[in-house]
Amino acid sequence: MDRVTIDPITRLEGHGKIEIFLNDDGSVANAYLQVPELRGFERFCEGRPVEELPRITPRICGVCPDAHHMASAKACDAVYHVDIPPAAKKLRELWYNAFYAGDHCTHFYILAGPDFVMGPTADPAERNILGVVGKVGLEIGKRVIRQRKEAHEVIEMLGGKPTHPVGAIPGGLSKAITEEQRQRLLQIGQGMVEFGQFSLGLFEDVVLKNEQYMDLVLSEAFTHRTYYLGLVDDNNRVNFYDGHVRVVDPDGREFASFTPPEYTDVIAEHVEPWSYLKFPFLKKVGWKGLVDGADSGVYRSAPLARLNAAEGMATPLAQEAYDKMYATFGAKPVHQTMAFHWARLIEMLYSGERVVELAQDPDITNPKVHQAPTATPDEGVGIVEAPRGLLIHHYKTDSNGIVQRANLIVGTTNNKAAICLSVKKAAEGFIKPGQEVSEGILNIVEMAFRAYDPCFGCATHALPGHMPLVVTIRDRRGEVIQEIRRDG
Amino acid sequence: MSKPKLALYWAASCGGCEISVLEVNEAILDVADFFDIVFWPVGLDFKYHHVEAMADGEVLLCMFNGAIRNEEQQHIAKLLRRKCQVMVAHGACACWGGIPALGNVANREEIFDRAYFTAPSVDNAEKTLPQTSTRVAEGELKLPVFFDTVYALDQVVPVEYYMPGCPPVVDQTVAVVQTVMSGDLPPAGSVVGAGSKTVCEECPREKHDEKKVKRFRRLHLCDDLDPTKCLLEQGVVCAGPATRSGCGGKCVSVNMPCRGCYGPAAGVTDQGTKLIAALAAVIDSTDPDEVQQIVDTIDDPLGYAYRFGMSSSSLRRVRTHG
Amino acid sequence: MAQFEPRIVAFLCRWCSYTGADLAGTSRLKYPPNVLPIRVMCSGRVDPTFVVNAFRKGADGVLICGCHPGDCHYNEGNYNMMRRFPLVRKLLAQFGVEPERVRLEWVSASEGDRYAEVVAEFTDEIRKLGPLEWAPMMAPPPVQTAESVVTAK
Ligand code: SF4
Ligand code: SF4
Ligand code: SF4
Ligand code: FES
Repeated sequence: MDRVTIDPITRLEGHGKIEIFLNDDGSVANAYLQVPELRGFERFCEGRPVEELPRITPRICGVCPDAHHMASAKACDAVYHVDIPPAAKKLRELWYNAFYAGDHCTHFYILAGPDFVMGPTADPAERNILGVVGKVGLEIGKRVIRQRKEAHEVIEMLGGKPTHPVGAIPGGLSKAITEEQRQRLLQIGQGMVEFGQFSLGLFEDVVLKNEQYMDLVLSEAFTHRTYYLGLVDDNNRVNFYDGHVRVVDPDGREFASFTPPEYTDVIAEHVEPWSYLKFPFLKKVGWKGLVDGADSGVYRSAPLARLNAAEGMATPLAQEAYDKMYATFGAKPVHQTMAFHWARLIEMLYSGERVVELAQDPDITNPKVHQAPTATPDEGVGIVEAPRGLLIHHYKTDSNGIVQRANLIVGTTNNKAAICLSVKKAAEGFIKPGQEVSEGILNIVEMAFRAYDPCFGCATHALPGHMPLVVTIRDRRGEVIQEIRRDG
Repeated sequence: MSKPKLALYWAASCGGCEISVLEVNEAILDVADFFDIVFWPVGLDFKYHHVEAMADGEVLLCMFNGAIRNEEQQHIAKLLRRKCQVMVAHGACACWGGIPALGNVANREEIFDRAYFTAPSVDNAEKTLPQTSTRVAEGELKLPVFFDTVYALDQVVPVEYYMPGCPPVVDQTVAVVQTVMSGDLPPAGSVVGAGSKTVCEECPREKHDEKKVKRFRRLHLCDDLDPTKCLLEQGVVCAGPATRSGCGGKCVSVNMPCRGCYGPAAGVTDQGTKLIAALAAVIDSTDPDEVQQIVDTIDDPLGYAYRFGMSSSSLRRVRTHG
Repeated sequence: MAQFEPRIVAFLCRWCSYTGADLAGTSRLKYPPNVLPIRVMCSGRVDPTFVVNAFRKGADGVLICGCHPGDCHYNEGNYNMMRRFPLVRKLLAQFGVEPERVRLEWVSASEGDRYAEVVAEFTDEIRKLGPLEWAPMMAPPPVQTAESVVTAK
């Protein structure tokens, strides 16, 4: 049996690698996403004072440290049974939404955007942010940089450090903001709303109005009928920071709904010997292997899943965009993986709107941003939506608040099974018996996983001509029979 | 003339060091202009065999972030060492193990036990563990061997420069790369991209060097800390006195104690024991029993002392049996 | 099996304790030969780093001796050591080193007999605890064989 190895793919909670096995006739037998790394956070969080975990766990991922910081701080609040002051809650949510606006912007423009704006078959040397800038104008490049910078400005203002922030502590925040800072936050938020609107407009122009892309978006190779889950508020609208988790089945019916401490009733994790990363699945449906459909416990998480699992957006402009997306597809849930990109832009607009809403709240400058906990600490779960999926931190402590057990289900992990499925299906759509595997597989397979996990492909996309990838095809004895290389 | 070559690599790390490289969007383009970036796996381009094919010493600069937790990372560290002239341990993980090195409180077996058997969400009745080699229906899948101990980069290969921080402050990263670009290199073994004092010396809080701590306090349990005064002198454990300056006092300026991500201060060999001495120095008592009581209010000395540096601590790891 | 002979490093303040130890020697007092004495200016000079390094380099126990409280030639030195001591023990305990392997004693220049007693007792205690053997903890990573290397091409 031949195999195609893509190593590494973009970063997850560590390195990642895709192995595609071919049958003797050259058709796809199976695809495996392997994560060859484990760092053991669950174990070494034990013995640490629980308030240190918001400073330790962000080092799981330098791409979304804010998500871990928030989930961890919320788990700490739960451990101590403390209600944080309203201003602290608003500031944390504002900070988190500003982080989202920056992160989603990075993903769309630097990583995924080039595929759409330049076209998936464009010269690789042009499929990068510079190509995008060349096509849509230098202003946009500057605007992307500004959005990232301003998101960092918010994080640094509230969290102290742009990467691995420290400001959220059990009971609230370590520092309040001034009126001047509030005004700055408002200004930044307004810019984010404008840019969100612009970006959705750009998406419409270059994707929705282009038949070739829409064919790709709608193609069966990028479609999976799975369950979806996402964090929602009391009105079942998307919320990144707080709420309960809603799960819908492949027909869009509510399948389950749970509060953070109930997560183990709904989600379980399967272990495979060939990957250090576990496979979460819906407990009530069961682990049926790497298959989709209503009979398989495989679910999806992250932007499209959040929109599918919710009944709408909590801000007006994002709600408009939400309605438009579902009207375009004419169905809900939307199963087309490529719609993750559209959903991400709707979320980007929402996050800007939410920053504005919160910055307009006069109470947000209230100096009371911390409530020292008085209850005896014991156990707590904190859940947020990380940009790349549901993020769960679960801590159990002794009566002194020293961690005895920690459990972490991390964003991208949620989509691990789905990524395997998507890669397999994309490969199937592309690798045909009897035909030599051509260079195009690089783009197609990449696009399949990139829809889920933006993280790091962005890095080389930012550099001229660097988007190289190597696929090696071997025969049964491991001899290389073909190597496809794109050196950018 | 061909451009000098730059390689970046991440081992057991979070990627934050590389993110911090990207934060200076414009400057990174200068770097890309000056250097030919030959290896940067975060961007999809592993090309191990390309690196293998290079002449020894062909790469001018390798910025290596992350600790060494498994054999694949060790292998690449050795490979890159052969190929590069200047190896920079980039960030706390590469310098001294960083947060991943907290894993040295346990061994592989305990770590696997928590991750794959005893986590409350795990469904693993068959007791499956990841294997270095697995036969699946279609063929064999391999994983790298996971070590018992986490190592700093210089415990695996020689390193020219150490660049502290978790992550390093962006401007400093750029300054270091520019220094290499200028060819005016500091002596090997130097710490680059950081100050030569302690975090205390760049901390805006008032410090009196007085012994006044009758009990150590955990910051989140207090609502009465004075935001203008030294945290340590108010009984909050702060690694400032043991930690190298360079971050500008980022954490202390938002009322949070330093946890030491810039590593041992100049001239300090062991950041943790230095911190222990600093903590002892603020205890206000000459009575052994009272001192013991005060010390008992510090819950996790190891976690404070070696938050970012277990691998390079004098004792390196916790003694585990079996 | 031969009886385990502990290796003990003793940091002795030169003003009191070192003289005390000397006296024990010149008075021909009997005490176990397991101790490697290191003279320091003051017990306050014993940095916690010295203690962990002793263990790292093969010591099974570390003894620190200084002047009695109030008698330190630098006033505060022995108090400083006394404040560090429980913290060092707590840190060592987290590393899996039994706290009993470190001991702090006040021994004056005239207390040769006391020094001999302390050493005898401590040696005995460490003998009961058994060897510490820190060397394996400092071992380099396993050497890889070509076989064991798993990297994608
Ligand atoms: S030093 Fe910090 S920021 Fe850098 S890779 Fe390690 S954990 Fe991430
Ligand atoms: S101990 Fe901490 S709070 Fe005090 S001066 Fe030093 S860095 Fe600042
Ligand atoms: S204050 Fe300490 S922990 Fe915070 S960034 Fe500076 S060196 Fe790192
Ligand atoms: S001089 Fe003897 S303890 Fe200070």
